[in-house]
Amino acid sequence: MQADLIQEARRQAEICNACRYCEGYCSVFPALHRERFLTDGDITQLANLCHNCRGCYYACQYTAPHEFDLNLPKALAEVRRDSWESYAWPAPVARKFHTHGGAIAIASVLGFAAMFLAIRLIGSAGGDGFYAAFSHGAMVAIFLPAFFLPLASLAISLKKYWSSVGGTRIDLKSVARAFGMAAEMRDLSGGHGDGCNFEEEDRFSHARRHAHQAILYGFLLCFASTSVGTLMHYFLDMPAPYPLWSLPKLFGIPGGVLLTGGCVWMMSLKLRSDRTLGDGNAWGGDFGFIALLGFVALSGLALYVLGSTAAMSLLLALHLGSVLSFFLLTPFTKMAHGFYRLTALIRDAQQRQA
Amino acid sequence: MEHDVVVIGGGNAALCAAMTAAEAGTSVLILETAPRAYRGGNSRHTRNFRCMHKGPLGPLVDDYREDEYLADLMKVTAGKTDGELARLAIRSSEECLPWMQDHGVHFQPPLSGTLSLARTNAFFMGGGKSLVNAYYRTAAKLGIDVLYEAQVTHLELAGDQIAWIDFSHGGESHRITPKAVVVASGGFQADTEWLTRAWGPAAKNFLIRGTPYNRGMVLADLLDQGVQSVGDADQCHAVAIDGRAPKFDGGIVTRLDCVPFSIVVNKNAERFYDEGEDVWPKRYAIWGRLVAAQPDQVGYVIIDAKSLNLFMPSVFPPLKADTIEDLATQMGLPADRLRSTVDEFNAACGDQTGFHPTELDGVATSGLTPAKTNWARPITEPPFYGYSLRTGVTFTYLGLKVDENAQCSTQEGPIKNLWAAGETMAGSILGQGYLAGFGMTIGTVFGRIAGREAAAHAS
Repeated sequence: MQADLIQEARRQAEICNACRYCEGYCSVFPALHRERFLTDGDITQLANLCHNCRGCYYACQYTAPHEFDLNLPKALAEVRRDSWESYAWPAPVARKFHTHGGAIAIASVLGFAAMFLAIRLIGSAGGDGFYAAFSHGAMVAIFLPAFFLPLASLAISLKKYWSSVGGTRIDLKSVARAFGMAAEMRDLSGGHGDGCNFEEEDRFSHARRHAHQAILYGFLLCFASTSVGTLMHYFLDMPAPYPLWSLPKLFGIPGGVLLTGGCVWMMSLKLRSDRTLGDGNAWGGDFGFIALLGFVALSGLALYVLGSTAAMSLLLALHLGSVLSFFLLTPFTKMAHGFYRLTALIRDAQQRQA
Repeated sequence: MEHDVVVIGGGNAALCAAMTAAEAGTSVLILETAPRAYRGGNSRHTRNFRCMHKGPLGPLVDDYREDEYLADLMKVTAGKTDGELARLAIRSSEECLPWMQDHGVHFQPPLSGTLSLARTNAFFMGGGKSLVNAYYRTAAKLGIDVLYEAQVTHLELAGDQIAWIDFSHGGESHRITPKAVVVASGGFQADTEWLTRAWGPAAKNFLIRGTPYNRGMVLADLLDQGVQSVGDADQCHAVAIDGRAPKFDGGIVTRLDCVPFSIVVNKNAERFYDEGEDVWPKRYAIWGRLVAAQPDQVGYVIIDAKSLNLFMPSVFPPLKADTIEDLATQMGLPADRLRSTVDEFNAACGDQTGFHPTELDGVATSGLTPAKTNWARPITEPPFYGYSLRTGVTFTYLGLKVDENAQCSTQEGPIKNLWAAGETMAGSILGQGYLAGFGMTIGTVFGRIAGREAAAHAS
């Protein structure tokens, strides 16, 4: 971890601790006020509890031009990115993505799409539907490790995080509270239920919270669709393609629409927001990640609509390329924040109980 | 650009007046001296609103009735208040809370460190700046025009009317002739020269806790023209704050709550007052004057390791040393004198088994002058910690005298189109002392009255 980033966040957090006017906004402040002296681990934990909603910034009497120059959302965003980079395994990949996210996302999507096309040219698939383009065996051979390797990497990272923030034995109550907080995105409601300050200075709005929920629930529906499809394939001997009135489609289509719309909405909010209240170095990476996620969803939907046309193989290659990129890059992109945030919420719930 | 009502000032009282006048159908202009980033005057630094209520109301629990509220006010002002206006402010506060919510203010549920105030004071979510932001947003929706960095230089009082207003903005002078004027531009504490005239040379060493823009220019201009005043120029709300605080605008974080657990010495390393006289919030305000009376207007707080976690964290870390002599050197105090002051104090401490940090525990010194009458525990456990104290001025009391309609007057009678609200007239109710959250009550109540009256006159 970078000592200067932690030190700056600590300087600011100590001013917050002497003020406490923001106590009601989100989970960061009660957590901050619990400690009189903030260790490096405390700062890392606060950074991962922060949603960059900016409520505290606009309420703060000590922002520039005041000489205390508080900008807690930015200070915590920088520590947060640094924590992901430091705990990521392997670390160099993470650093690259945060600085060159957009380019890496495009390159990997195209690269993987080309790979899928190459597979298609080399071998004939001999299956139905999408499997006519790529054999089921080829897909599994590629996606199984692409799914589990990132999870293993994340597990290593989160274990490092957990020990740095002093996490103790995980109990069900803390986990339940953390999932509840994440499901509602309560920390984006501003404490008073009118939402946060993101896209238009001090105006409160639920836009970011709702866009974020669309992405989360859209993603989970898409994931459920894939999971159900997998189970149907292996256990019910019901291979794809599936009809409209089937679980994979019933999850997948609304999920894809939510996820696409959520990503577009989030990108537009991000473009309107004040960049100086976030981590300037992560802007490209964050944006690249949302674009990638949106493209996964959009290409999936396009595949559904245009699946019977000549464009199918190209679309499928692009879609699979983006999904593969998304999985492989997960531990090193903004996607990791979901895992870190959930972990931070569990730790916060533990500390509230203590 | 002609407006019916002009409001001078940009804090809570000004905004309440402006919104009320605009809702009554008049066109309103706010002239705020500060740049946009510093808009809101001292309201930026406030946190809560003291509110009467006959039952649970918004974030407030139980009840807090008129008589109890008034008794609290009488206690802090020692009776120096206008009973009629005080009752008006107190009674009206109850209807203000929902009005504030309707105009965008968010309150927060009772908080960890302030439970004792959950009955009497409603806390703004995010503090005073978020209240100010909410009001400016509402004002914009109501079509109120705001000029920042607009310095009013003169109000021309002609007979019983304000004939025109001169102000500078964007490097140019302007003259406007509104039908009605509300002055809500605060006190004069940021004008060090005025403070020095009132207080003497000691005032040069005072720190100003709030906005650097409360320079009292409008107040001085009106007083010069014979507008009736209230309060004394040498009365101000002064507390003892961290000596390292900025000259202006340090706000809440510069407070130091450690005095009851400490000994406080002056630059000669001598104690000068009973540090354990009362629970800190009640005694906080007198320490401003105590420190102001010491050489160079500075004091030094000395505590030891066992007291460090008994008070709210402070914005600047304390000086720290393993010996009293080391600490003295770091603080620029004579080391041998501090040693003997500490030894003398320690020797006078008696039985401490009844020590209780949050109530008057009667753990006192014996045979020591001045005595420490509560929380007296020897300063013996290293490391030792030190803070410096200076006088921090929150606001001044000299202001414009108003009636129950917030109207200003001369000796000849009311000025037909001039009203005042907020700190600039608070002395009409608050003759001395202070009651947490009462400044916002006065500002909100009289801001609304001034806005209502100004609008009625203008239309």
